[in-house]
Amino acid sequence: MTRGAMNGWGAMLVGIAIIWAIQIFAVPWTDPYATDIVVRVGMNLLAVMGLALVLGFTGQFSLGHAGFMAVGAYTAGALSMYLHLPPVVAMIGGGLAAAVAGLIVGLPSLRLTGDYLAVVTLGFNGIIIVLIQNAEWLGGAKGLIGLPTFTNFGWTFTFVLVGGMSLRNLLASAQGRVFKAVRDNEIATRSLGIDTTRAKVTAFVIGAFWAGIAGGLVAFHRGSIFPSQFQYDRSIELVAMVVLGGTGSLSGPLIASSVLTALPEVLRPIAQYRMVIYAMLLIGMMILRPKGLLGARELSEFIRLPKRRGTTA
Amino acid sequence: MTVFLQQLINGLSLGAIYALIALGYTMVYGTLQLINFAHSEVFMMGAFASLYLAKATGADQNPTVASVAIVIAGTMAFCALLGMTIERLAYRPLRKSGRLNLLITAIGVSMLLRNGTLIAAGPLASFPSLLPEAQWQLAPGLTLRSMDVITLSVTLVLMALLHHIVERTQMGRAMRAVSHSRDAAALMGIPVDRVIAFTFALGSSLAGAAAFLRAVDMHKIDPEMGTNMGLKAFVAAVLGGIGSIPGAVIGAILLGLSETFVSGYLTSTYRDAIAFCLLIVILLFRPSGLLGKHAPEKV
Repeated sequence: MTRGAMNGWGAMLVGIAIIWAIQIFAVPWTDPYATDIVVRVGMNLLAVMGLALVLGFTGQFSLGHAGFMAVGAYTAGALSMYLHLPPVVAMIGGGLAAAVAGLIVGLPSLRLTGDYLAVVTLGFNGIIIVLIQNAEWLGGAKGLIGLPTFTNFGWTFTFVLVGGMSLRNLLASAQGRVFKAVRDNEIATRSLGIDTTRAKVTAFVIGAFWAGIAGGLVAFHRGSIFPSQFQYDRSIELVAMVVLGGTGSLSGPLIASSVLTALPEVLRPIAQYRMVIYAMLLIGMMILRPKGLLGARELSEFIRLPKRRGTTA
Repeated sequence: MTVFLQQLINGLSLGAIYALIALGYTMVYGTLQLINFAHSEVFMMGAFASLYLAKATGADQNPTVASVAIVIAGTMAFCALLGMTIERLAYRPLRKSGRLNLLITAIGVSMLLRNGTLIAAGPLASFPSLLPEAQWQLAPGLTLRSMDVITLSVTLVLMALLHHIVERTQMGRAMRAVSHSRDAAALMGIPVDRVIAFTFALGSSLAGAAAFLRAVDMHKIDPEMGTNMGLKAFVAAVLGGIGSIPGAVIGAILLGLSETFVSGYLTSTYRDAIAFCLLIVILLFRPSGLLGKHAPEKV
């Protein structure tokens, strides 16, 4: 697998080069509205990736992922506004702050299982929002405005590529197998001498980090952020993307989040009914295709099926 | 002391509304292990049903005892039907698939109902005064509103009724059996699907009563009104130990009191965070809630 991973990093560099080539040569001539949708897809991709690790691969039900995005967004915003750090540095700071938040939330609450964990993460999300709404120096409910607008196609997809590749490699490693083992049977995993709490917290922290980065991109997208952007309906939307794409798949949630982010825009001509249609699609998908788009498989398994030995779900 | 008593009255009144909604969450969780996100929308649509029933019966112009009683009963019946319909169309086809799927479906139903109501009924409606709104000055700074008295008495009556149904009737016993073990209940010849439908009807009708009381008290209703109330009521159910009926009531009263006391004595800015802080603290010490049964994990 190490060779495959090495090849992956090579491919990633090529990918980054292509992304920047598109950014420099194609984006300026593209419809800004279309570009904007693509950038928003990219930001959701990052957040969904982190949640796919926590929910899809480690089996921990988090309903507070937007809370980590909020931590990342506001940290990045504050670092840029008060310390005048360059946006990229501020965003990485935001990601790290979200990771620390993930550690603080994860350590005590990962003793809880299933729905109780979901409720505590939901509560964390609620608390973060109330704290931000009452923090005058973060703009309160009126939002933090006047940040640089830095997020573009190139930066967004550079982060998406780095995040996707590192998560792919992580899942292929021994640590990745621990995550899946925890998801499939926590007690059996523990009986093999594996520290399952440590594994869960690790997944939580990494997931939070990428949510934080996504938050940073959101902050520098329009140059303004509002607490209402990160409320729990956003968390629920992210969970819907992971489940629709297929828990236990990385590419599935990525496809689902692309579709679900772009869909409301496509439906804009019938704006009044778009949320109703969106909801009916969600229900219909769950009834007709309960395992999600790709189930526990990856897109690559559909494309070059004979080459792979043994699926790693 | 008057501040204390005043907040006690306010807290109990708020807690009673939370309790009526929380019971629906906890009963559905008990039978299906599902966080029924659509429940908050059943509550919201109950408020709109009340409004239209009041207009249809003329209670909004001239509220008589009979017409208001029809509005309450009609609202509860509407919500019961709505709950059963949701269960039949959206949840029953998923009975055999994973809980996560059921949860996403519930979220979808919630979005559908909220946005559907927004299209059909518009963003905001004012609600007529259907109940007498007297205020009694018990002491300086201590008022008792007739709404508080009505809310608390209606809640008490409904809870007594619920207790009777769950503990004393055949259907109640079947509900308890299904919540204990769905498979075993099915093997004993209990019509599980019908019991689940009844559970939805029961929980939803309580939400309907809560919606009526809330709407009369607030004088305005909107399609978003369910989101916040539903979330709080759900937190209350978890506080008390989700799946436990007395737990939901205790959790709701506790939550109502903490919210009013903190906003009365300290500050109202952090009011919405109290529910969550209380939740996290209680779950850290009692991971299954106050009255929840701790189920040991089995291999």
